Amino acid sequence: MFLVPDAVVRFFHRMASPPHFYAFTEKLMPWLVVVFVLLVSSGLYGGLYLAPTDYQQGDSYRIIYIHVPAAWMSLFIYVVMAIAGAIGLIWRIKLAEVVLISSASVGASFTFIALVTGSLWGKPMWGTWWVWDARLTSELILLFLYLGVIGLYGAIDDKRVASKAVAILALVGVVNIPIIHYSVEWWNTLHQGPTVTKMDKPSIHVTMLVPLLLMALAFKAYYLIAMIQRARVELLQRERNSQWVKNKAVEVDGL
Amino acid sequence: MAMFDAFAAIVRRDLVLAMRRRSEIANPVLFFILVITLFPLGIGAQPKLLQAIAPGIIWVSALLATMLSLDSLFRSDFDDGSLEQILLSPYPTSILVLGKITAHWLTTGLPLLIVAPLLAVFLGMPNQSLSILLLTLFLGTPILSLIGAVGVALTVGLRRGGMILSLLVLPLYVPVLIFASNAVEMASTGLPVTAQINILISMLLMALVLAPWPTAAALKMSINS
Repeated sequence: MFLVPDAVVRFFHRMASPPHFYAFTEKLMPWLVVVFVLLVSSGLYGGLYLAPTDYQQGDSYRIIYIHVPAAWMSLFIYVVMAIAGAIGLIWRIKLAEVVLISSASVGASFTFIALVTGSLWGKPMWGTWWVWDARLTSELILLFLYLGVIGLYGAIDDKRVASKAVAILALVGVVNIPIIHYSVEWWNTLHQGPTVTKMDKPSIHVTMLVPLLLMALAFKAYYLIAMIQRARVELLQRERNSQWVKNKAVEVDGL
Repeated sequence: MAMFDAFAAIVRRDLVLAMRRRSEIANPVLFFILVITLFPLGIGAQPKLLQAIAPGIIWVSALLATMLSLDSLFRSDFDDGSLEQILLSPYPTSILVLGKITAHWLTTGLPLLIVAPLLAVFLGMPNQSLSILLLTLFLGTPILSLIGAVGVALTVGLRRGGMILSLLVLPLYVPVLIFASNAVEMASTGLPVTAQINILISMLLMALVLAPWPTAAALKMSINS
């Protein structure tokens, strides 16, 4: 802990308390939305308008501005879930449990978007909606892992217990994801030749790369917005009998 | 040595219980045989085709048979309260859980190995791949029991845990399925399979070391709810 400045530690301790988190995110939210709108508009403008047409794939390559950031997010969010799960299990911080379960549905959506856009991209490129490509397959299994987390959380009535169960599952999942990914990759190289999946990848040009990175940041901002909104609702539900939520309700009623 | 005694006592107890309820041993095996019988009926009795997909069929059926048998791992102990006693005992829960998983594998995984040669003949698998099939089953089914134990420990407190269990466990079974069925397929064409077998061994060792922990943690959580 001595490596981390005191102010940062204090900030995290305050964030672990639900009323503080609620008040802080209320102020943070407009800024996040502004950042997201700026990033997504500049990213889309750069990607769909400024970036040149690809000499091989024509304009259909432009789907990467959705597809690639979504695929990145699908893995990123699962790792966030596992870290939040570990924090929740070790330090019993309620907020970490809330972050875990609020991330699950956002992560599942990004995984789904990555799969759908991948298959839409595959139709003009590979001539078929679906190939058992290594990445598509492991993305599909990742979607099942997300659905398992969501399903388990829904199946257990006591939400504190459910959070613990989901945290254990997320940790088991994060150990398995690399194993699943590499086994699928290995399986794929044996079962089908590289004729389908091997696209000539020209080293990506800067005018194509910058919008891609902007979109990746925009998706991160969107994840924060969606996750925090869910977390706030989840907190209100869990803490509905506590004084700060009652005060909040009176405040809102008074308006 | 006391820890090993506790481990052995759990294994012995579960084996005795299983011998008193023999249907629990027979059910997964019968399921295994039945599912494999359905494939030729559904696909058509073309020897070439069946032979080509035999490793996959046998392994997918083994996966499903193991998954269906998982519920018996903790269910009766959870219902009659002996699971609480196991968790209250002074020995590390993960060791006792490992004992339960061992007994479970001996009563549900091992019988699959015994009937596998018969099914290999049903599907017309070449003789040289039979030993590899048995080896992959021997290495692979304990991994399935170990990983499945985590899932069943998470869901044992639920009334309808069955559907959710398959959603939790089957994605984690993918690597075993890939390497095991591929090893059998390679063996039938006479190719070396050392790599696949080594990977299965390493997965088994990893599962042996890592799986009992989350299983124990999940059981404690399920008992407290």
